[in-house]
Amino acid sequence: MTRSFLARNPSVLVFLSILALFTLGVTLLSEAYGTALISTSFIKTLGKTLCLCLAALAMDLIWGYAGILSLGHMAFFAIGGYMIGMWLMYARTEEIVVAALANEPLPATAQEIQNGIAGQIFGVVGASELPPVWLFAHSLPLQLLLVVMVPGLLALVFGWLAFRSRVTGVYLSILTQAMTLALALYLFQNDSGLRGNNGLSGLQNIPGLAGVSQAAVSVWFLWASAAALGFGYLLLAWVVSGKFGSVIRAIRDDEARVRFLGYSVEGYKLFVFTLTAIIAAIAGALYYPQAGIINPAELAPIASIYLAVWVAIGGRGRLYGAVIGAAFVSLLSSWFTGGRAPSIPLGFYTINWVDWWLVLLGLSFVAVTLFAPKGIGGLFDLVQGLRRPDRKGAALGPDDGALMEREAQE
Amino acid sequence: MTALLEVSGISVTFDGFRAINNLSFSIGPAELRAIIGPNGAGKTTFMDIVTGKTRPDAGNVLWGERSVSLLKLSEAQIARIGIGRKFQRPTVFEDQSVTDNLIMALRAPRSPWAVLGWRARAPDLARVADLAAEVGLADALPRKAGELSHGQKQWLEIGMLLAQEPQLLLVDEPAAGMTLAEREHTTRLLVGLAKTRAVVVVEHDMEFVRRLNCKVTVLHEGAVLAEGSLDHVTRDQRVIDVYLGRSER
Repeated sequence: MTRSFLARNPSVLVFLSILALFTLGVTLLSEAYGTALISTSFIKTLGKTLCLCLAALAMDLIWGYAGILSLGHMAFFAIGGYMIGMWLMYARTEEIVVAALANEPLPATAQEIQNGIAGQIFGVVGASELPPVWLFAHSLPLQLLLVVMVPGLLALVFGWLAFRSRVTGVYLSILTQAMTLALALYLFQNDSGLRGNNGLSGLQNIPGLAGVSQAAVSVWFLWASAAALGFGYLLLAWVVSGKFGSVIRAIRDDEARVRFLGYSVEGYKLFVFTLTAIIAAIAGALYYPQAGIINPAELAPIASIYLAVWVAIGGRGRLYGAVIGAAFVSLLSSWFTGGRAPSIPLGFYTINWVDWWLVLLGLSFVAVTLFAPKGIGGLFDLVQGLRRPDRKGAALGPDDGALMEREAQE
Repeated sequence: MTALLEVSGISVTFDGFRAINNLSFSIGPAELRAIIGPNGAGKTTFMDIVTGKTRPDAGNVLWGERSVSLLKLSEAQIARIGIGRKFQRPTVFEDQSVTDNLIMALRAPRSPWAVLGWRARAPDLARVADLAAEVGLADALPRKAGELSHGQKQWLEIGMLLAQEPQLLLVDEPAAGMTLAEREHTTRLLVGLAKTRAVVVVEHDMEFVRRLNCKVTVLHEGAVLAEGSLDHVTRDQRVIDVYLGRSER
């Protein structure tokens, strides 16, 4: 079965090979395991980019395949980050507190250690007790479970309410956007239990790995991110290759017709929404230890819009398109905003890319939508000689999210 | 013979307009029935109610030997218990191949988990090939449905309905836009289908209805005006007044 699956989907094998070569290449050029040609901070950037690619894959499944333009998936990404961040911060602080109390004449009680941790973490928001949401923060397995459970349950409940009421199209996008904004505003409060706008920090220091340099840890996370991306790609390619993929693409193009075939459209949407939320959360849980800090600004609605922009620029409805779009745009973005792009003096005005990058991104998004709706992934169609069908401008289905003529393959 | 579908006393009002007015209708397990009536007589609304798209304000729709009420079921559940619907315009999934369209329609478990693990086996592919041959699309299996001609899309949709193996088929204007030869093929197909299941055909075209040679129900202003053989109803003065007379004018 697996062999015939790969044989039928050669792009999966190509993708996995490129990913493996990339990971190997970066490892051999890293400070910790190779020639030190790539700095540790850039390895972190690459590792983070792989996580963003995984989130973009999730976005492509829900938008490109199922036609649901969710503008809330970066919220699930950030919640995944918060969940792992709680354990990282707790366990790291515990190490520090235990070390400090070791100098006391009397051995510290569990309660004293607990109070010390709470004071360290929450002194910044003027609290000294651990909020109830930190109940499991001492345990890595439990907190890892929460990485999957919290976003999964949130997506399940939110999706159930939204899809059951048959909210579709732009209204659903607005609803998901509102969910993201509400979550961000809640987390900004100091008494939200997650340190308000300070967020969680010091996440790059992995508890128990004090003796290991950041150079090595960054490569380990790169490996983990690459493995997650590879596994996610394989899983989603398998999901969309069979009848399930057929059904969700049918829902994208004409959901009323799918109902009359006897499929519960709401059930499928909920399934895809929850699955992609969990994938995004796992991506976030790998991203934030590399970023080192997470705060509520990460949940800002703009982050989820970026996700949609990446998928659109890469080419929606094809998995490798999402990965290419996310990698290309986010790396370009860090180049432009990192101040490395040379400014352009025009005499009367100097174009400073830190300020103008967003304008450039916005213009390219508009240009891609208007002139190359297949995005970067469409280049592969050119190479293969695939053309778009001549439908005189008619979309491939009556629904809002339906594939447009110019996105389709003949 | 007990009825397969029993519709009793249903009424629907859209913004004050009575689309269906105390309509009763029943059909047996292996029966071909034509529904005719002028525009706005409530033919499509009737189908919408049976398939769960529209909820009636009053009345009851009962299905099968155990008299299950369809009013509490969703569209998808109604489709799963064995009611298939063919729309007036051909609606197939244009971005997908004829094979994929037929596979989606094949009778099989419909839940997301079951579908996720479902892979086509030899008997499924053989069934798809049979269906395609039956509707004259054997050569078109790998083609995308969007490339097919109007008539071929109609055939594909009928093939998808057959794949669902419904006990009751609701067919909305099957002959619209078809050539004479295609109409004859359609007639044969529908008459053949009605030997093993119930088929309800909504049609404007009297000539086509005459060829079906079945019991006819005439709707007018959301209620049944007359019922019987085509000759019987065309002799009915009220039918002539509201429908036949007007179409000849």
